[in-house]
Amino acid sequence: MIEVENLHKGFDGEEILKGINYTFEKSKTNLIIGGSGSGKSVLLKCMLGLLTPEKGIIKYDGKPYSEFTEDEKKDLSKQIGMIFQGGALFDSMTVEENVMFPLRMFTHRKKKKQNLERVKEVLKRVNLEGSEKKLPAEISGGMQKRVSIARAIVNRPKYLFCDEPNSGLDPKTATVIDQLIQEITHEYDITTIIITHDMNSVLEIGEKIAFLKDGVLAWKGDKSQIFKTDDETVVDFVYSSNLFQKVREAQQKGL
Amino acid sequence: MNYLHSIGEYFLMLKGTFHRMTKGSVLRGLILKELDDLIIGSMGIVAFLSFFIGAVVALQTALNLNNPLIPKTLIAYAARQSIILEFAPTFISIIMAGKVGSYITSSIGSMNVTEQIDALEVMGINSLNYLIFPKIIAMLFYPFVIAIAMFLGVFGAYAAAVFGGFVPPDLFVQGLQEDFIPFHLVYAFIKTFLFAFILATIPAYHGYYMKGGALEVGEASTTSFVWTSVVIIITNYAVTQLLLS
Ligand SMILES: Nc1ncnc2c1ncn2[C@@H]1O[C@H](COP(=O)(O)OP(=O)(O)OP(=O)(O)O)[C@@H](O)[C@H]1O
Ligand SMILES: [Mg+2]
Repeated sequence: MIEVENLHKGFDGEEILKGINYTFEKSKTNLIIGGSGSGKSVLLKCMLGLLTPEKGIIKYDGKPYSEFTEDEKKDLSKQIGMIFQGGALFDSMTVEENVMFPLRMFTHRKKKKQNLERVKEVLKRVNLEGSEKKLPAEISGGMQKRVSIARAIVNRPKYLFCDEPNSGLDPKTATVIDQLIQEITHEYDITTIIITHDMNSVLEIGEKIAFLKDGVLAWKGDKSQIFKTDDETVVDFVYSSNLFQKVREAQQKGL
Repeated sequence: MNYLHSIGEYFLMLKGTFHRMTKGSVLRGLILKELDDLIIGSMGIVAFLSFFIGAVVALQTALNLNNPLIPKTLIAYAARQSIILEFAPTFISIIMAGKVGSYITSSIGSMNVTEQIDALEVMGINSLNYLIFPKIIAMLFYPFVIAIAMFLGVFGAYAAAVFGGFVPPDLFVQGLQEDFIPFHLVYAFIKTFLFAFILATIPAYHGYYMKGGALEVGEASTTSFVWTSVVIIITNYAVTQLLLS
């Protein structure tokens, strides 16, 4: 569980996050949705300690991050998996080395064989067998995304952060990835936070949804509520795609 | 004000670099890779440049030596002094600010803009140590590069002067040995160590703290080259003033 209290963050005098209060629950897929530039990635980076908020508290399982000692922070980082919006793969390393990297950092060298097996296992889960020895530049964008997912889950994290995990993937792979994330969230009791633009994901795995608009938490609920709400900004966002527009019209006509 | 801020940031970066060390086995691999990229990878161009610089210094001296009262040994003497004192340590370092420096800036800079540095930090790795420390260690071997540059420079001078028919071999060798002051070598290697540190850290600073995208990585490389050269030149002046006068 991660709690965020009264979080403020700005750049060069411009306020991006304007007091966010929210609880991300354990064993659930917590979605953050919202328009481009609404501050979703900034919120995630604040929670990860990559950005320092001006004001506010972030609690990991009840303990404020600011009270963590160096050692505790290090322990925490072993339990965190992150999928970056752009993949953020190490481009001097092969696919296998990328996925191996967190294991290599945190486990003893003698475990190399075990680690290799684990890497194989996760690569299989994201459907990437056969590309182990390729460099990130030699595989497609969607494949890079999947390597990034494999790297994030290889160490069996307790907290999984995903910044648009399925953008740039074809609909089928996107669904597979969504389901994979949901599966491991339930299987290992992970606190999973997913930023997404994809209404399919919302429909598929929106167990808890926060809607961010201009740095303010404008709406919260789950997937059953989001398609019924009358909240105008949410309706505006959800039905901005043609497909959903048509579905809504059909619904209203009672088809 | 801005400069002061950058200088402060640079020293904070250095402090952060020698903190929270990366795992030894990982670090070893990184250092070997940097040795290959920064040191071994520079050998070719350094060898080429120093040979021809040495040759041209000897050639110029020989061509301008019209007064019969000045001994021919001067050709070797002048080549030796200018190569050991300035051409090898300083001139080659300026070139390295372009080669090694822009490589460091652009590699760290592109990791920066593609969030690879963030990825390291999320994994609890001190990215400053992970990225910069191996480069500093690898650059400890930079004086070897300069030693080779000195040797090849003198060799180039020999080739131009002797094979060019300006001076017989024994006179050249005699000139090389004339009034040799060992402290000049000490001085040259003291500055080489300083330049090595500058070459590793200033470009790293420009890559690590740059903001923006791919275009800005290119800009950062250019800025880094300018500042690295400026600092090398100023350091060169200061060290010379301090040690030789
Ligand atoms: N490091 C930074 N320095 C300055 N401004 C920043 C920085 N990071 C983000 N911003 C600004 O904060 C705002 C929110 O950015 P953020 O990346 O959180 O958007 P987002 O909601 O993730 O959008 P998208 O869906 O397009 O990824 C943007 O206006 C951006 O310009
Ligand atoms: Mg974003």
